[in-house]
Amino acid sequence: MLVHSRKAKWAVWALFLLLFLPLFALPLLVVLGASFATNWSSVLPSGPTTANYEAATRGEALQALTTSLVTALTASLLALAAGTWAALAAAALKRRSRKVMDALFVLPVAVPSVVVGLAILVAFSQPPVLLNGTRWIVIIAHTVLVTAFAYQSVSAAITRLDPAYEQAAASLGAGPAQVLWRVKLPLLLPSLTAAAGLCFALSMGELSATMMLYPPDWTPLPVLIHASTDRGALFTGSAIAVVLMAATLLVLLAVSRIRTRASYR
Amino acid sequence: MASATLSTPAKAGIRAPAVPAWVWALPPVALLALVFLYPLALVVQQSFQPDTGGTSIRPYADVFASEAFREALWTTVWLALASTAGCLVLGFVLALVIAFVPFPGARAVSRFVDVFLSFPSFLITLALLFIYGTVGMANGLWTDVTGAAEGPFRFLTTPWGVLLAEITYFTPFVMRPLLAAFSQLDTAQLEAASSLGARAPRIVRQVILPEALPALASGGSLVLVLCLNEFGIVLFTGAKDVTTLPMLVYGKAILESDYPGACVVAVVNVLISVGLYGLYRVVSRRAGA
Repeated sequence: MLVHSRKAKWAVWALFLLLFLPLFALPLLVVLGASFATNWSSVLPSGPTTANYEAATRGEALQALTTSLVTALTASLLALAAGTWAALAAAALKRRSRKVMDALFVLPVAVPSVVVGLAILVAFSQPPVLLNGTRWIVIIAHTVLVTAFAYQSVSAAITRLDPAYEQAAASLGAGPAQVLWRVKLPLLLPSLTAAAGLCFALSMGELSATMMLYPPDWTPLPVLIHASTDRGALFTGSAIAVVLMAATLLVLLAVSRIRTRASYR
Repeated sequence: MASATLSTPAKAGIRAPAVPAWVWALPPVALLALVFLYPLALVVQQSFQPDTGGTSIRPYADVFASEAFREALWTTVWLALASTAGCLVLGFVLALVIAFVPFPGARAVSRFVDVFLSFPSFLITLALLFIYGTVGMANGLWTDVTGAAEGPFRFLTTPWGVLLAEITYFTPFVMRPLLAAFSQLDTAQLEAASSLGARAPRIVRQVILPEALPALASGGSLVLVLCLNEFGIVLFTGAKDVTTLPMLVYGKAILESDYPGACVVAVVNVLISVGLYGLYRVVSRRAGA
């Protein structure tokens, strides 16, 4: 379209690969390669082994995996519920109050997650609510951080929603609750599952706020990866990182299957 | 509403709800206030309460006077600005090729970009350790080829390593809105411009770039604020001489247990990122659509 001569096309593609491969494909391949290695002092890793994965799937690593999965699942469900409620409520408001609501719920994106962690640590280390040292403080922090994304994607979907459907349902006698449950939510389902996937992925990889407030018995995967690499166990750390990526991708895949099934309805 | 019975259901529609709309907005806002706004207010409050007791601006004076803080402030801002600029240029070029010089597999590449977004940022630093680390791929290649004892690449523990990692990680955040914008651009415009004799650079400058401005602005503002707040990449770099504001908050709170100091840095960090984000939104709304 833009470049017509064959020669110029090849030049552009070569430039693209030259930029794209080392910057984006190589990092993931390198982590994958390192996770199967014991040594990396040349161009390629050496000493092929699966011992890193044995270390990454038992003991504290396995516990960290379940911790991460439970945290991410709880946080994304809570965030989805709160974000959807807020987005639906905001859509019914007048323009000015809706703007205020938008700003409030987008604020956690603009505030550094380290500061969110610090704030929650400060707030819940003192009465009336003492949560410091429990798993709930981690889950609350994750929920706060991902609710903003849930709110944004659901409210974007609501503005795209054709009002004719709910008006038709209401004119046929459906009450507000029935319109919400039988018309609006099913129409929003694809965006809801997409938002849930996004929240889950973000929570699985969350490190900044977690570093501020994780208790010793609730260590999610990113914290464990940092602990491994910090003490020099780079190869075990890579294996745990691959486990983290695989778990995230598997859940995202499962969520996207829900989406395709819903869109045929 | 009282007259609305089952026989006249149309009147009972959404236009006459039993409770006003703002009541439904209260529960989520109250929840947000409890877990986010109230904690944030406490941080501001604690930033005025030095360990010695009482209320004073002493913590601010202490923090502003320290060399470490001023250096972290400068590092944070220039790293974020440079990363954003890098992401915008690189993201624009890559999205341009994917959208307008399509090749077999371009679709797979844009799918890959989506997947890339769902991984945590610190993975990039971890990977860079294997690529450019002291005993990594690049240095290994150098020593193998030249026979030297050490390779020349040792920038990972400097701000340049952080810059490279941030540009790598955040470029897809610019590419995604750009690809969405490009997919709505009518290619007939390009054909028309090209048949009128415009060459590729001119088409990019005069046809594609104006269309891409809103996407560039929104992607750029997001990347700017994410870079200002980035923690994982800097933490995994493990360099003593690269300290950004989020690192300083972590260091003061967790490593030094200096909570008033951490709160001061946190307040400054929040003001900068929320301020810049707001400014950028206003500017981009004017420049863009």
